[in-house]
Amino acid sequence: MEISDKEFFAPGHRACAGCGATIGVRLALKVLGENTVAISATGCLEVISTPYPETAWEIPWMHVAFENAAAVASGVEAALKSQGKTDTTVVVFGGDGGTADIGLQALSGAMERGHNLIYICYDNEAYMNTGIQRSGATPYGASTTTSPHGKESFGEDKPKKNMPMIMAAHGVPYVATASISYPEDFMKKVKKAAEVEGPAYIHLQQPCTTGWGYNPAKTIELGRLAVETGSWILYEIEEGEFKVTYRPIQRRAVNEYLNAQKRFKHLTDLEKERIQSHVDAICIELKI
Amino acid sequence: MVLKVMSANQAIAEAVKLANPNVIPVYPITPQTTISEYLAKFVADGDIKAEYIRVESEHSAISACLGASGTGVRVFTATSSQGLALMHEIIFAAAGLRAPIVMADANRALSAPLSIWNDQQDSISERDSGWMQIYAENGQEALDSILISYRVSEDKKVLLPSMVCIDGFILTHTVEPVDVPGKEDVDKFLPLYKPDHAYLDPKRPMSIGTFTDPNYYMEARHDMEVALEGAKKVITKANSEFAEIFGRKYDFVEKYRSDDADIILVAMGSICSSIKDVVDELRDKGEKVGLVRVRVFRPFPTDEIYEAIKGASKIGVLDKNVSFSIGGVLHNEIKAKMDVDAYGFIVGLGGRDIKPEHIKEIIEKTKNPTTQSQWIGLNKEDI
Repeated sequence: MEISDKEFFAPGHRACAGCGATIGVRLALKVLGENTVAISATGCLEVISTPYPETAWEIPWMHVAFENAAAVASGVEAALKSQGKTDTTVVVFGGDGGTADIGLQALSGAMERGHNLIYICYDNEAYMNTGIQRSGATPYGASTTTSPHGKESFGEDKPKKNMPMIMAAHGVPYVATASISYPEDFMKKVKKAAEVEGPAYIHLQQPCTTGWGYNPAKTIELGRLAVETGSWILYEIEEGEFKVTYRPIQRRAVNEYLNAQKRFKHLTDLEKERIQSHVDAICIELKI
Repeated sequence: MVLKVMSANQAIAEAVKLANPNVIPVYPITPQTTISEYLAKFVADGDIKAEYIRVESEHSAISACLGASGTGVRVFTATSSQGLALMHEIIFAAAGLRAPIVMADANRALSAPLSIWNDQQDSISERDSGWMQIYAENGQEALDSILISYRVSEDKKVLLPSMVCIDGFILTHTVEPVDVPGKEDVDKFLPLYKPDHAYLDPKRPMSIGTFTDPNYYMEARHDMEVALEGAKKVITKANSEFAEIFGRKYDFVEKYRSDDADIILVAMGSICSSIKDVVDELRDKGEKVGLVRVRVFRPFPTDEIYEAIKGASKIGVLDKNVSFSIGGVLHNEIKAKMDVDAYGFIVGLGGRDIKPEHIKEIIEKTKNPTTQSQWIGLNKEDI
């Protein structure tokens, strides 16, 4: 795959060392190019990229609030259409809280109405901007500041909300999962999302050094471990057709992924086995 | 001039057709609903060339307005009551981002208890947002105020959103003769919107809605204060040009038989028509009473109101809203800004009828005040 050497997301922003979200934005914008308008939900990305009077965005960018990025983007898309500017791409970057929780209604509306836009959820699996609180996308067993482990708790006790399938149920032409650790797979998906007529949704998993608790040098490695253990599956749904886009040659034990992160450190062997058998069930069904 | 019979909601839809916005995101709510229906039909018939977005909530309606306005086009939406309350967060963002959105609000009581009927609590509760607010007395004024609002909001010296408020059912569903101006005249008064302050253009990338630390936030808010105060001059100029083209002269306040009045009532919206009738009746009996109708509530026309009421010995202010434990908002603002002998009357909440005898009662109680603020029209058996 040919990758542009042009950058549309400038360095020097305020993200943590090892931030996965900014890697995702950088890669996505390399595919989408300069004729793009980006909308952000309130969250890590918005805060670290636009400390007034500085900005990391080298394309037009707008932020209004936490829960309404998809609605703002709907207005942008409609307004560009009304001016005949249909060659401009509209892309939204929302965190997992802004997407799966507080922004779900606005996102559902935008998807159902069929606006020609790309929604990328950068999923770090908790409210990281406010200090690691549990979101609907927090995985089973993770300890966060609002789902802490303790004498009576093993951390988050509900499975992760299945956002990509909720989006697929809207009947939109393109839905995909991706990981920042598989840049070609992700960028191909961004390209497809840009090419389809109508709404496209990409759920991008991105490790978070502070929220997950690991050495910032290991972000890419953590993202790979998620996929190689079957804890995060890369797939796409094109016009309703489901396809796994990456299969590990030999699936690794989920423990390797869990043990590399502070948020799962408290789990007992029994709980880890429970997570492994849940992953096994899904992977066997998908022949991974 | 050909007068057509229509409701204020239809008059507003006709004004929107004349203003020709690019994007109309709306969500239906009683008693605004027919505005969204008329506009949908205009778009379906090709009478308005606009993108009509059937959003899933009022929160998304105003959010989509803000996104569309960010690209530099004219937008419109309309709401009421709970819908406006749901928009609250983005109402403040729209003013802060200096988006010249024009919105109609069909004034309706806020829950609880749930009520679909009229008072002005919904829009009054947004008074601190930085939006301009006009309270229309009738359908004609509703139509004209939409056009004037676009003109003022889009002025480069202002760039703040406007809310045109019309009393739910009393205006939204009452038909009256309305003059719908010709497109040519409207185009003379309201030129195409061509912003150069901020818009989402890939040829000139700009970040809108950034994160701001304490070194900058206060200046941004102060700029809004300056712009809203400065809007008064722009409103005055727009009013006089509107009068030249269309023959209807509007001002910040309307003075009705108040110049030599000893007792003056102050109010906003449709109730003023009833007050005018009562004033006429009492004037016929030799009583020196008058009305000052506040038309523009934000920016707050302190000087204009003061000039209009300062000659009266006593003033009665009617509020279709209440700020609990302090009274009606208009009454309190007048008391805060002016050295006048003004008494407050909470009326018409949740659609409670305000009858001529209530207005006469208010005049009597203004003449012989016993308390600063009181509620009028309560059911006696409930007291």
